[in-house]
Amino acid sequence: MFNITLEKRPSDSKTMSYLSPLFAVILTLISGGLLFSALGQDPFHALYTFFIAPLTDVYGWTELGVKVAPLTLCAIGLMLCFKARIWNIGAEGQFILGGLGGGYIALELLEAEGFWVLPVVLFCGALSGLLWGALTALLKTRFGANEILTTIMLNYIALNWLLYGVHGPLKDPDGFNFPESALFSDFATLPVLSDDYRLNISIFFALFAVAVVWALMSKTLLGFQIAVLGEDKAAARFAGFKEERLIWFVLLACGALAGLAGVSEVTGSVGQLNPYISPGYGYAAIIVVFLGRMHPVGIVFASMLLALTYMGGEMAQMDLALPKSLTGLFQGMLLFYLLACDLLISYRIVRKPAARAIGSSSNSAQA
Amino acid sequence: MDFELFTNILFATLRTGTPLILIALGEMVCEKSGVLNLGQEGMVLMGAALGFIAAVVTGHAGLGIIAAILAGMMMSVLFAFLAVTLVSNQVATGLALTIFGTGLSGFLGAGYVGMAIDGIAPFPIPFLSDIPVIGKVLFSHDPLVYVSWVMFGLIFWCFRSTRLGLIIRAVGENPEAANAIGIPVMKVRYGAILFGGAMAGLAGAYLSLVYTPMWSEGMSAGRGWIALALVVFASWKAERILLGAYLFGAASILHLVLQGLGFEASPNLLAMLPYGATIIVLVIIASDAAKAKLSTPLALGRPYRPQV
Repeated sequence: MFNITLEKRPSDSKTMSYLSPLFAVILTLISGGLLFSALGQDPFHALYTFFIAPLTDVYGWTELGVKVAPLTLCAIGLMLCFKARIWNIGAEGQFILGGLGGGYIALELLEAEGFWVLPVVLFCGALSGLLWGALTALLKTRFGANEILTTIMLNYIALNWLLYGVHGPLKDPDGFNFPESALFSDFATLPVLSDDYRLNISIFFALFAVAVVWALMSKTLLGFQIAVLGEDKAAARFAGFKEERLIWFVLLACGALAGLAGVSEVTGSVGQLNPYISPGYGYAAIIVVFLGRMHPVGIVFASMLLALTYMGGEMAQMDLALPKSLTGLFQGMLLFYLLACDLLISYRIVRKPAARAIGSSSNSAQA
Repeated sequence: MDFELFTNILFATLRTGTPLILIALGEMVCEKSGVLNLGQEGMVLMGAALGFIAAVVTGHAGLGIIAAILAGMMMSVLFAFLAVTLVSNQVATGLALTIFGTGLSGFLGAGYVGMAIDGIAPFPIPFLSDIPVIGKVLFSHDPLVYVSWVMFGLIFWCFRSTRLGLIIRAVGENPEAANAIGIPVMKVRYGAILFGGAMAGLAGAYLSLVYTPMWSEGMSAGRGWIALALVVFASWKAERILLGAYLFGAASILHLVLQGLGFEASPNLLAMLPYGATIIVLVIIASDAAKAKLSTPLALGRPYRPQV
């Protein structure tokens, strides 16, 4: 056997919790390099193409912002849920419902003119996401149904609902029978920051949400209650916190934020409803939360990295003729390495077997 | 509704339920040993992708099945290493396995999308398949349907009357006590996880080689997750998994029934049915929380670190 073993640290290492994402990224890059050479590519050139080439000009950075906005909005909502130990996997469905609900209103208001149109559309999108989140909250608090499974089922239902919409009632009558809606009017389109780029004001929604959630978690009693509920349910009950109301709050907030991300996407860079309005942002946001150490600032940086994996996948497809699904592979690897490295937060590697028993303490996870 | 349609519906129900049975039985064994593996969906997709690729490359569907089983097992080893050896959070690790498996299978299978293969032919059992109605419904299937019944029988028997079944249950109920009487807890958990991976891989092969002989990204469409709900619904009993899987199979092919009755409905709306049914099932399970608690393996989801 190896001459090393794991020893539990007296207390969790804060340094390691910051270093772990870095290790995970390095390990992902090394594995990616090995993978590229196995595919007959020059690993350095391929890694450059995937991770650096997309960001060599201003256009690249604005495109990064286009993807950071929805990722951050979804992730910041998920963070609230995960802080409370509510395993909400439903950001994807809430994102789609936000797009579908907001998009439906935008299509109803095709002929409408005025600057009130966009706020109404955005509001309806966020509301649709919120209602989808409310369904999970209802199932969780009223019936005690496991939220992991209900949210995943709701994701599939949301996707099929969107497909029904674009294949059926919301299909563009002049669209040559493609499963797409009509293009939204200019009054229902998010303004771009500069006419040369696609980056729109949704990036400000994301940054605003980050600031609000950061203030909520670090400055308010509500944030404190959410954190306590996640850390120690019994303590939260003992302190008289209203568990059900906290669960409702985090799920509604996440639903509204993911819904806003969805409606911003369809009224922003997509401009209509089609079956592909989400390239899996809601799932990638889960990785963002873990990678960002469940901290609002960390989430912004993690969103940038995950956004980069989407751009890298497109770049690799164009320049290296590799499949675009490379994106999902890199995202999966990243999360896996992160979970493995997170072990170093509560354990350290020691050379010889420890003389004393480590103990079978039920450390129910640090993630 | 005419008689032949009725027979066809039952036949299709069994076909649709089969992958769910395979996944759920594997997950049940895994959970009985105290390990909650949420990575079923990822393992199924890897099985489906590699099974299909192997079948295309070698030209033998049988080799495809073997490749799929191996793919599922390789994925489950990853999970076992993290969740058992490195005592990571089982929920997060399972999610990671699904995300990783979805990405990897999409990447590996990218060059095989749209290809067609013959798939595995049905194997009507001689004589039995000649019985009217029953012969068609039960004995005219492809070999993997029969395999799912054999696996059901084996697992049912294992937990009912073998030492192995007792050992797995002991590990899942109280790993410390099991360890104290000399049961190698880690090995049992590794074994159970590997078995779950093999079954998920096999279910993947069923999807890409039998059910719809082709590969497309994310083709398992949440079956891994539905199977997870099924295990809880069945309160960790093999016979109830069989029943539950066929009920879900019936819900999934409701469009056939509706067509038979002369209704037209959007395929996208009908596709929501199995997911909606799963949510209803989850609510029903949860409404009987006391009973669910009684049948849940006591140490489910709890990492175990051995005494040195």
